[in-house]
Amino acid sequence: MLRDKIGRRSGRVKNRVESGWVQRFAEAIGNAAPVFLDEEAAAATAHGRPIAPVTFPVTFDYGQIPDLGLPPKGLIHGEQTFRYRRPLHVGETVYCHMELKDYYEKVGKSGTMGFAVLAKRVEDESGELVCEAEQVIIINEAVRKEMSR
Amino acid sequence: MKTLAEWKAGEALEPVVIGPVTRLDLIRYAGASGDFNPIHTIDEEARLAGLPGIIAHGMWTMGNLSRLFTPFLDSAFIKEYSVRFQGMVLLGDRITLQAVLENRAGRTFTFAVTAVNQSDKTVLKGHLVLEWLREPPASE
Repeated sequence: MLRDKIGRRSGRVKNRVESGWVQRFAEAIGNAAPVFLDEEAAAATAHGRPIAPVTFPVTFDYGQIPDLGLPPKGLIHGEQTFRYRRPLHVGETVYCHMELKDYYEKVGKSGTMGFAVLAKRVEDESGELVCEAEQVIIINEAVRKEMSR
Repeated sequence: MKTLAEWKAGEALEPVVIGPVTRLDLIRYAGASGDFNPIHTIDEEARLAGLPGIIAHGMWTMGNLSRLFTPFLDSAFIKEYSVRFQGMVLLGDRITLQAVLENRAGRTFTFAVTAVNQSDKTVLKGHLVLEWLREPPASE
């Protein structure tokens, strides 16, 4: 089903780490701290400027992997990883894309479950990697059957 | 704040309890994250998906847990953060967010992190790697 699509990727999409969005995001996770929001306070930190919360890259547009065919409903988020080279700075422009890194199936009590691994990359304006995010999406038996029709 | 030399493996951060989880928490997170999967906000959709009720976004819990480390971000950054979502978070749940220093190698500290509900069921489990960029400022 998805196995023959491993390695397919989306095109790069330009995103901006917008301060108003960082503020709303930080508030929504109960973490509205000066290090994310306040330029003056953040100037005294090791970063010298506001940074984004560690899970903020979920807000970025990573484009679409051609013909991936994942349904909009019924998927379960199984695992999530972020790996950073450096913090993400508020106000910076980044370029994002993703790839279907792996797909495998496991037989369990409730039938055959599919596991899709999406590898996402966030690069800065000079093309340097800032952050990699990996997401494991679980596709249950019912959704899997629907997809292979 | 502790100096880096004072930290030892096995030390726990002060846990934080969040909740009871409200629908508004999840509506706010949906808007702020752009994840509008309706199982997180609309009862009918959650039922149709075979769930006992609307459930929190896993990323809402993961995001909340990261607040345990915010006091260190003046002098450090989160280099790695990975979790497995092990259980559902439902409306009304109270979630305890915990972190224990597992090991340290120079300026790189690895914490085991967990989120546990009011019935002591683990809903999220993982690791977070903090890299210190400088010695934390001494505080009162």
